[in-house]
Amino acid sequence: MPFQSTVSDYQTVATLETFGFLPPMTQEEIYDQIAYIIAQGWSPVIEHVHPTGCMQTYWSYWKLPFFGEKDLNLIVSELEACHRAYPDHHVRIIGYDAYTQSQGTAFVVFQGR
Amino acid sequence: MSKKYDAGVKEYRDTYWTPEYVPLDTDLLACFKCTGQEGVPREEVAAAVAAESSTGTWSTVWSELLTDLEFYKGRCYRIEDVPGDPEAFYAFIAYPLDLFEEGSITNVLTSLVGNVFGFKALRHLRLEDIRFPIAFIKTCGGPPNGIVVERDRLNKYGRPLLGCTIKPKLGLSGKNYGRVVYECLRGGLDLTKDDENINSQPFQRWRERFEFVAEAVKLAQRETGEVKGHYLNCTANTPEELYERAEFAKELDMPIIMHDYITGGFTANTGLANWCRKNGMLLHIHRAMHAVIDRHPKHGIHFRVLAKCLRLSGGDQLHTGTVVGKLEGDRQTTLGYIDNLRESFVPEDRSRGNFFDQDWGSMPGVFAVASGGIHVWHMPALLAIFGDDSCLQFGGGTHGHPWGSAAGAAANRVALEACVKARNAGREIEKESRDILMEAAKHSPELAIALETWKEIKFEFDTVDKLDVQG
Repeated sequence: MPFQSTVSDYQTVATLETFGFLPPMTQEEIYDQIAYIIAQGWSPVIEHVHPTGCMQTYWSYWKLPFFGEKDLNLIVSELEACHRAYPDHHVRIIGYDAYTQSQGTAFVVFQGR
Repeated sequence: MSKKYDAGVKEYRDTYWTPEYVPLDTDLLACFKCTGQEGVPREEVAAAVAAESSTGTWSTVWSELLTDLEFYKGRCYRIEDVPGDPEAFYAFIAYPLDLFEEGSITNVLTSLVGNVFGFKALRHLRLEDIRFPIAFIKTCGGPPNGIVVERDRLNKYGRPLLGCTIKPKLGLSGKNYGRVVYECLRGGLDLTKDDENINSQPFQRWRERFEFVAEAVKLAQRETGEVKGHYLNCTANTPEELYERAEFAKELDMPIIMHDYITGGFTANTGLANWCRKNGMLLHIHRAMHAVIDRHPKHGIHFRVLAKCLRLSGGDQLHTGTVVGKLEGDRQTTLGYIDNLRESFVPEDRSRGNFFDQDWGSMPGVFAVASGGIHVWHMPALLAIFGDDSCLQFGGGTHGHPWGSAAGAAANRVALEACVKARNAGREIEKESRDILMEAAKHSPELAIALETWKEIKFEFDTVDKLDVQG
């Protein structure tokens, strides 16, 4: 009988912080997360960077932060526009909280290569 | 009007029981749970506590008349029943601001929990809460960085931090220890932790540990593309040694160090927090010995007081118990003191054990750390209780994974992110915990195995120290 190990090998993966360990989200799941950002009263911000620069503190803004924007569809179309303009870049969305001057959340929506 | 000296012993209540007194915004207020000896009136016990923790002594002394004691004395201004306990009562005491040295938690505690706790007219005494006036808070350094800065340095947003303590906690060589750190961090944890017992023992001197751990942190960071850290425990036998270890951690370019604030002492802690602020270092705080002081419901100091003291003395993360794991902690009480670690204003709320409004002004917040006997099945409850500004630490729940620490780390990371995603999408994560975890496990064999390994483990013992409510 051939040897069968019960232990699997865990391979290190390069990830992009929050939600990096989940499978890619469906469009609907992404909408849910953006709706959460808006419902918290945070301002949506879109940022992008070439994958070689992903550990930099500052990624490039797409336009300006969308201060006070409540329109889910507008944010989705801006995300897509950013992705079209920089197809090889990572694109992330941030829920920016001006009260704490922190990011309520942030995650990568499109992965560049 | 000057007074005349009249030698002898006066009843404490003549001087220190002042029910008509209206506390000032600048007063430091304290609530004690008192259990007096039989036959001693409540007012006399409460006044004695006020006296012995401020200006009084057992006898009238001539030298009192050299100053204006009315200006300096502590006053008991209110007495309340303890719900469900006929023999104990709450005494509310106001202390003038000038009784305390600016910025010195050590000085506050020396007065409030000093000699008075050995006083013979008392059977038990417990300091339940302190309202620090904003005027005092403004003299304290507080957290060297705080929640917002820590998130910015570690690049972690929208979720709790994920960590674990390295196990076995004692007995590994520096090189083996660094290996375990590397495994955890490459598997998806943000932070690992020295056990509090690890200082600089013969099997692993601190310098050796620091060097191997630094290599592990940097390697995991390079390979995963995420920011990683390890709490290097700098707690030592002398302040000189403490600073030497902190300096070396900085030399190795490590982001965070650690201190045990009760065994190490408030003076050492405040000094180290100041060093961290000056040197851009994050500070993780352990709380060994707290249960000796805070667990008895009638005697000692409630942890909410120790937590407030830590926020003032300085620390960026503090252990708070888990509610659901192997260690003591009631849910409402825990919520009450984690509010006091993180918020800028916490209103009086007896249902959470908070006896006073507490204004923290601009003092930065402290991450609440949940650690001790927790595993993946607890993840939904932990996220619901502690929220995003917390650090969840799974020791056994990481290293105990059948495939090793890296797979254990990945399982926890997947579970955490699945719960955050579900919460944000509007699901009730505690009610739907099973479904959320099982769905996530479909994409993660590491999580599937973890769920199988820990499915039967529970710690269902009643809490010893409960909130005082009518039973």
